[in-house]
Amino acid sequence: MVQVTSPAFKQNAARALADPGLQKALGKAKGAFLQRRADAVERLPEFERLRDIGRDIKNHTLANLDFYLETFAANVERAGGKVHWCSTAEDARNAVLEICRKAGAKTVTKGKSMISEEMALNDHLEAHGIVPVETDLGEYIIQLRQEHPSHIIAPAFHLNREDWEADFRRMHTDLPADRVFNERRDILAEARTKLRQKFLAADVGITGANFLIAETGSSVIVTNEGNGDLTQTLPRVHIALASIEKVVPTLEDATSLLRLLARSATGQDFSVYTTFSTGVRREGDLDGPEEYHVILLDNGRSNMVGTEFQEMLRCIRCAACMNHCPVYGVTGGHAYGWVYPGPMGSVLTPTLVGVDKAGHLPNASTFCGRCESVCPVKIPLPKLMRHWREREFERHLTPATARSNLALWAWFAKRPALYRAATRAAIGTLGLLARGKGAFKAMPLAGGWTKGRDLPAPEPGGTFMARYAKARRNGR
Amino acid sequence: MLKTRPNGTPRVALFVTCLVDLYRPTVGFAAIRLLEEAGCQVEVPETQTCCGQPAYNSGDRMTAKDLARNVIDAFLPFDYVVAPSGSCAGMISHHYPALFAEDDPQYRGKAEALGAKTFELVSFLTDVLGVEGVKARYDGIVAYHDSCSGLRELGVREQPRKLLGTVEGLALKELADRDVCCGFGGTFCVKYPDISTRMVSDKVRNIRETGADTLLAGDLGCLLNMAGRLKREGAPVKVRHVAEVLADMTQATAPIGETKA
Repeated sequence: MVQVTSPAFKQNAARALADPGLQKALGKAKGAFLQRRADAVERLPEFERLRDIGRDIKNHTLANLDFYLETFAANVERAGGKVHWCSTAEDARNAVLEICRKAGAKTVTKGKSMISEEMALNDHLEAHGIVPVETDLGEYIIQLRQEHPSHIIAPAFHLNREDWEADFRRMHTDLPADRVFNERRDILAEARTKLRQKFLAADVGITGANFLIAETGSSVIVTNEGNGDLTQTLPRVHIALASIEKVVPTLEDATSLLRLLARSATGQDFSVYTTFSTGVRREGDLDGPEEYHVILLDNGRSNMVGTEFQEMLRCIRCAACMNHCPVYGVTGGHAYGWVYPGPMGSVLTPTLVGVDKAGHLPNASTFCGRCESVCPVKIPLPKLMRHWREREFERHLTPATARSNLALWAWFAKRPALYRAATRAAIGTLGLLARGKGAFKAMPLAGGWTKGRDLPAPEPGGTFMARYAKARRNGR
Repeated sequence: MLKTRPNGTPRVALFVTCLVDLYRPTVGFAAIRLLEEAGCQVEVPETQTCCGQPAYNSGDRMTAKDLARNVIDAFLPFDYVVAPSGSCAGMISHHYPALFAEDDPQYRGKAEALGAKTFELVSFLTDVLGVEGVKARYDGIVAYHDSCSGLRELGVREQPRKLLGTVEGLALKELADRDVCCGFGGTFCVKYPDISTRMVSDKVRNIRETGADTLLAGDLGCLLNMAGRLKREGAPVKVRHVAEVLADMTQATAPIGETKA
């Protein structure tokens, strides 16, 4: 299991805020994503209507999830593949290992997959003598650095080009030291050189899946580098990793969602490669694997069905929410402390690792609503984060001081006459303290506020309600 | 169609908001002036305290419901409810119905009825009352900040700009990243001060880059946050609620965080 550092979110965030390299990378990457998405949406007048369609497809699927999963599995088997139903990450790890062992695999190539991260698959394979090779460019450098992705579609979101160059020079010592990296293309070319042999040598190829199509038993991946296709067509065995909510009823549903996915994610009308994989190689096929396996992972998701969190299962992992999140935009993804960062992670992570560990995440939001406004399947992310706060409050996980402050304030707020008197006194005191100055540099019990900003003093003359009552008595 | 009393004037209840009540009473008086000048009969229900948003967003649904019932009972008899805040208006119009949706059909109906007639001040003036302009003067270069709830829950975007465009002497500047949160977020700003400070610092950089001498917004929470940061940085930007300028009441009180105009 990937270590959960979400309980240290505040410390993680403070570290991130003080890291100039990270701040530079975040600023650049975020700006590019936002502009490209905005332009793509602008080019497609029916985009807003498509969001409704996307939401409805997912809602329909979730309302009939058992049926579509069983249909999918039956059609996979019909095409000569095999579905492995895994209720936990451990089941899924073991199922993958078993397949690799049977195939006598020494190395496996991997396309990008967040489910693989959720399963901590690489550690498990390595522990059993199998070498996993990440082939997505971002994942490749993350693996070199022994890190985890900081973003669900751009794993190396936290890195600058200087980092890439330094890491490549450090790790690829067999290449000429005087080679130059002028642009992204040079980095990509070097990674390609390194990866080509690995693609050919791999015994098993493991990919994720953006969608699973029930009516055909197909898995779908989208990439921009073509690495996914080499991963799944060159080796003898293809394993697709997918969580249960990736299933959609039909090909047409998948294509509707694909129209939303790339635009929301990278601002492309379509990703460079969109690959549909169905079953094993048939007689006469030019390529394709001899074995096709789908790891169908639940890992707690079925517990969300029928609860207030069901809507989260609509997520198609485009990352628009984190790209538009002002908190993610300054902390980066690692601060969130587990696999999924940003608003979608703040809803999903408490489900998957427990709200006792991930309790900070749904609280670390201003509820500005920008995530919801760009979500391609209209997940009400702030509402779902609020539901987590409610669960925390019910279970007394909310910090004690916050709880008692809230209780004291609420006690008065429910009693208008007492509230009037108490606020009048408090504002009067604050006014006296402020005499002669418009704002406080520091204030007892308000350290959270005054750490980074002054506290403006209340306008002199008493509360509105007191002044209004007085004006009324004097006939205004 | 505009709802009115038999005498032809709509009876409007002002939801003052707790922050305006405690921190910036002039905003309440400015709201009354704007509404009266637009032909409304304005009343201020005495039993109002807070819309309950701090409890709601802290996960304390019970307290939020108790406070919501108080607001519903006090404000339901009026034709309209108007708040000088997108955040509080959004709480009443969008979140109250959700609060009672599951287990309280009686208050659910009332919450929906109240929600349908609750508005943020500036959008009420333009969208419901059809106000086209104001009689006010403000000599300054103004940056207007869109507060998140007003912008995304209520669609308040062009309305304040339209009315500010009719203020004599006022020049309006647009902020870069204008739809990005200022980092206030209610209790967020004290629970996560490092992140909040960074967000408001970014916002303040954008404000300073416009060259504006005045910052306006429609929500006092955001205004206190941005005023506090501007003050900490020593930036000479005056901060006011948009209603103060629209009602021509900037002479009545110093800018937020200042002692003199």
